[in-house]
Amino acid sequence: MAEIKMAAQVIDVHKDYVLKGGITVRALRGVSIDFPEGDFVAIMGTSGSGKSTLLNLLGCLDRCSSGKYILAGQDVSQLSDDELSEIRCRYLGFIFQSYNLIAQLTVVENIELPLYYQGNTSKEAKEHCLALAEMVGLKERLDHRPFQLSGGQQQRVAIARALVNNPRVILADEPTGNLDSATGEEIMQLLEALNAAGKTIIMVTHEPDIAARAHRTLRMRDGKLEQHTPTGALA
Amino acid sequence: MWQILSVGLKSLLLHKLRSALAILGILIGVTAVIWLVAMGEGVSYQAQQQIKDLGANNIIIRSTKPPAEALRGGGFIIAYGLLRADFERIVTNVPTLSQAVPMREITREARYLDNVTDVRLVGCTSKYLEMNNLRLARGRFISDKDLESAENVCIIGADTARILFPYQDPIGQFLQVEDAFYVVVGQTESKTPSAGIGGSMSAQDFNLDVYIPLATLRARIGDMVVTSRAGSREGEQVELSQITVTVRDLEQVDETADIIRALLGRFHPVQDYAIVVPKELLQQAQVLQMMFNLLLVLIAGIALLVGGIGIMNIMLATVTERTREIGIRRALGAKQRDIVSQFLSETIVLSATGGLLGVFIGFLCRPAIVGTRSLVGSLFPDVISSLPPNIQQLEPRLAWWSIIAAFLISVGVGVLFGLYPAQRAARMDPIEALRHE
Repeated sequence: MAEIKMAAQVIDVHKDYVLKGGITVRALRGVSIDFPEGDFVAIMGTSGSGKSTLLNLLGCLDRCSSGKYILAGQDVSQLSDDELSEIRCRYLGFIFQSYNLIAQLTVVENIELPLYYQGNTSKEAKEHCLALAEMVGLKERLDHRPFQLSGGQQQRVAIARALVNNPRVILADEPTGNLDSATGEEIMQLLEALNAAGKTIIMVTHEPDIAARAHRTLRMRDGKLEQHTPTGALA
Repeated sequence: MWQILSVGLKSLLLHKLRSALAILGILIGVTAVIWLVAMGEGVSYQAQQQIKDLGANNIIIRSTKPPAEALRGGGFIIAYGLLRADFERIVTNVPTLSQAVPMREITREARYLDNVTDVRLVGCTSKYLEMNNLRLARGRFISDKDLESAENVCIIGADTARILFPYQDPIGQFLQVEDAFYVVVGQTESKTPSAGIGGSMSAQDFNLDVYIPLATLRARIGDMVVTSRAGSREGEQVELSQITVTVRDLEQVDETADIIRALLGRFHPVQDYAIVVPKELLQQAQVLQMMFNLLLVLIAGIALLVGGIGIMNIMLATVTERTREIGIRRALGAKQRDIVSQFLSETIVLSATGGLLGVFIGFLCRPAIVGTRSLVGSLFPDVISSLPPNIQQLEPRLAWWSIIAAFLISVGVGVLFGLYPAQRAARMDPIEALRHE
């Protein structure tokens, strides 16, 4: 079997939370997953299954209690807050259920934001943003504010923003959760197109038909992977 | 940098009223600093100017009425104060003087035809004019020849001339005091009355004066002043009301004052005179001024503190309100210090705007005070005229240091009070912040 380049790798990750009463919640109990480059994974599970915790860890918003998380060839599981910010900034793209655009910024400013935190305010960066806006079909609305856009349009802006730093992994948290099925379908087509262009996408969802659009589906239960279907598409 | 500021500005414009109120707090603080310091400087300038009018090189020795039980001379005549012999003693024994001027003053009724007024009748020498920074409007002052032959001449103050000789040239006219007539030979220019300085120097008004040669006053009126009151008569005997000496060298003023004190002490068992040293007053006034300024800055500082607390309050509300935005920015790669600089820049924009507006209003201090005074003056003339002259004539003086300091302090207040809300924003857990509704 040819060697597969890994976009991200989770090795025996545990995550414990200590609640106020001193009770320890074991949110993740030894999770190991490989995400080859170009993968499109759907993570499913009931609430409390640990899928949100896993996504937060994958998104470098949190650190695991033990285990390793290798992203872009380096172990990021025990980095400092500043270093994690840097990793998010360079290697990750986020798409949220509620779009999470910044209300007082325009469409183009929202797309630019990750580059701004990279310290990249060059002219090329600006052009790159405009190209992305065009790609997601919002060329005409660059100076609109988020509240002037429909939900689908806002999610398109969010996708453009997630792409602007050319991330290794795109993390999507219920990307169609707030959208009607027609608009959700458009967004899914966009994600599929991105995956076809080589982007690694990890998506959390609880809708089976959305999950079915991915190459493979991981099911979580009680902080563990219940089912790990190796993908045939990449083998 | 510019981008941080423009983002800050944008989110401030989103809450115009809130931002305006925060700015107002700082604005009031900065304006308070500038105005209060300007008033303080004005008061100080006035006091120092008055002391300078007395002459920093001068020492003023005045007769004062001692307490009743310590009086010399029996009967109903009370004798006290400086003697002509004291004047001779000072002139011959104190080597550091460049000049010495004796003076005697009493209040008398002056008359010209039907015009009558109470004046300060001053017996003095030719140097009195220069020593008090008086200027002649017309005619001449007392000459040495007038003194020698005790001429019946007088020089009148501006108000005296206005009351006794309205709409006419007083020169050559005869002015009557008691039963004697004096030829008016000169008139002084009007001089702004000086306020009292401390306890030892009472207010001086030179405008309602009549100056005659000292020798004339002695010959015509004498040393004794007898006043009749219901049923009793009282007499006071004073030879000289005041001796003003000028010390040649400013450095020697303090020593000379000590010498005069010792000299007079030997001949006056009772303390019936007071020595005023304007130079000491000047130094005291400067020390007092510094303390006064310190107090004003303290008060203004409190105003700025309140403004700062206002800013902090508003920024804390803003941070809470924008928790989700903070979460988004953190997820997109903002470091904690990026969040700190974002919120800090907002507070700095707020406080610097307040500071600039405050400086602008600070510049309006003079017109505002002069305008208010004239408005109050025209509506309630009694209120203004009942105020002491220092306040009636107070001119605020803008101090550059206060403007710069006030602006810098306002920005400093912004940083200081913005730091905590900004830190709080930066320390939020990004996951919690993203979940915030």
